[in-house]
Amino acid sequence: MTAIAAPAPRGRAFNFPGLRKLEHSLFVYRRVWRGTFFGTLVSPVLFLSAMGVALGSLVPSMTAFGGVPYLVFLAPGLLSAQAMQTGTIEGTWPLFAGFKWLKTFDAMISTPITVRDIVLGHLYWLFVRIGIVTGIFMVVAFLFGAFTSPTFILAWPSAILTGVAFGICMSAWTATRKTEQSFSIIFRFIVTPLFLFSGTFFPIEQLPDQIEWVAWFTPLFHGVALTRALAIGHDLNLVTLAIHLAVVLGLLVIGTLFAFRTFRKRLVI
Amino acid sequence: MTSDAARQPLISARALTKKFGTFVAVDAIDFDVAPGEAFGFLGPNGAGKTSTMRMIGAVSPRSGGQLSVLGTDPDQHGARIRARLGVVPQEDTLDTELTVLENLLIYGRYFDLSYAEARIRALELLDFVQLSDRAKTLVEPLSGGMKRRLTIARSLINEPDLLLLDEPTTGLDPQARHLVWDRLYRLKQRGTTLVLTTHYMDEAEQLCDRLVVMDKAKIVAEGSPRALIEQYSTKEVLELRFPAGVQDTLDGQLDGLGDRVEKLPDRVLVYAADGEAAATAAHERGLVPETILVRRSSLEDVFLRLTGRSLIE
Repeated sequence: MTAIAAPAPRGRAFNFPGLRKLEHSLFVYRRVWRGTFFGTLVSPVLFLSAMGVALGSLVPSMTAFGGVPYLVFLAPGLLSAQAMQTGTIEGTWPLFAGFKWLKTFDAMISTPITVRDIVLGHLYWLFVRIGIVTGIFMVVAFLFGAFTSPTFILAWPSAILTGVAFGICMSAWTATRKTEQSFSIIFRFIVTPLFLFSGTFFPIEQLPDQIEWVAWFTPLFHGVALTRALAIGHDLNLVTLAIHLAVVLGLLVIGTLFAFRTFRKRLVI
Repeated sequence: MTSDAARQPLISARALTKKFGTFVAVDAIDFDVAPGEAFGFLGPNGAGKTSTMRMIGAVSPRSGGQLSVLGTDPDQHGARIRARLGVVPQEDTLDTELTVLENLLIYGRYFDLSYAEARIRALELLDFVQLSDRAKTLVEPLSGGMKRRLTIARSLINEPDLLLLDEPTTGLDPQARHLVWDRLYRLKQRGTTLVLTTHYMDEAEQLCDRLVVMDKAKIVAEGSPRALIEQYSTKEVLELRFPAGVQDTLDGQLDGLGDRVEKLPDRVLVYAADGEAAATAAHERGLVPETILVRRSSLEDVFLRLTGRSLIE
């Protein structure tokens, strides 16, 4: 037991694991959101008008696209891809600043905040940040008329889960890095190929047979497939949906467990 | 606080050890820190001071020995101990994207203070470290000394029982250092227990009631600054600086000038109770140094005596 009586807590506030780290992220976001908001709004407008509307007008509603207009096919794919990109970015540079450039996490662990709080708070923040980005995308896509089924609202949590799963896996890996040099390589050789070949712009059945099965093992494919099925909303196959959801959730859980290990190894020395 | 508890040390370490792989950063050191004391770790860079501080701060698990902080084992109840510590790390870990006030508010939240309480304390502390007029500005344009003072204010937001300062004034200009020392001295007078590391002997002399000298992961001496100087050095020191090349030709001519003669690369230190008398004696021997200086002994001399090396190399 403590030998010296602790001072009576004054003005003690509500808390649960990870909440304080989330508050920190929100504090910083309140300062910087203006810088990112415009891009978050403009990006879906550009993509949906150029590819969904302009290019889409040349693409017939083929059975390959589920018999829907190309815009309706494309929007949930882009939504998932944007969630993945946001998650991956949040899991690299801004996180690395906490470890190395600003040492925010060193400051946190010298308070009652634990490594577990930092991982959980970061996870919550991924939900918030990706929720904002995909929420704006949903509104823009809705205004473009890209959603035709009432189940489309379920595409939102599906896209968020996809983005968070990527984000937390990247974060676990980022905690093991000594420099930021490999981050741009990740984007060039992992994020961009996934963006192009995971069914975002065309069904993976269009790929050569030898490559098509590879797509099945890419996590983004499952996120896109789940989000698109929910957005389009007809002929829902619950077994297939369950498989896609299990892959995304599995990635999220494994990433979080790894993050507990790698964050601890990085911060507790 | 009961009178019984007051006699208990706030920190107690026995054979405290920290290893990184095969490298021994802290090698079985013993020390106690009493409530209300200003206690220092003096030593050169790499002596193991920061590793010791991180173990006391309950952020770095020990590799061996016993450690009790605020009556508790930091490896068992880290968060509970940290709730009652104030920490000023060697490198600033401020949130440069936030304002001065926001830095204090969010840090107060880490200790579960309500926003209302955190704001009251933050404004008081900004006043204490003379940064009230900067409350709304971002941290980044602040000078090194201001950032240091903000870090000290931040470390006090939870009204800590124990304040840990790792190299509090390293890298600051003399004026900024004196401002920091002044604030730390006020805290000391209020009865806050301070534990600090430094490689500046003047800092240790100014602030510490008691200190340990660390070198190569071990404690080599312990006592108050005055006691250490009395034990390991003479009252005064005569510094002789000779023209280039001359010093190496003086073999034997310096012997017996004082209690002890120490040859550094750029000057000769003669340890004597009476520095002026030693200077006169040097003249009488026909020695012609370029400059002569008589000064009081300092902790630097203690360190030199104990380790054969200077504190800052």
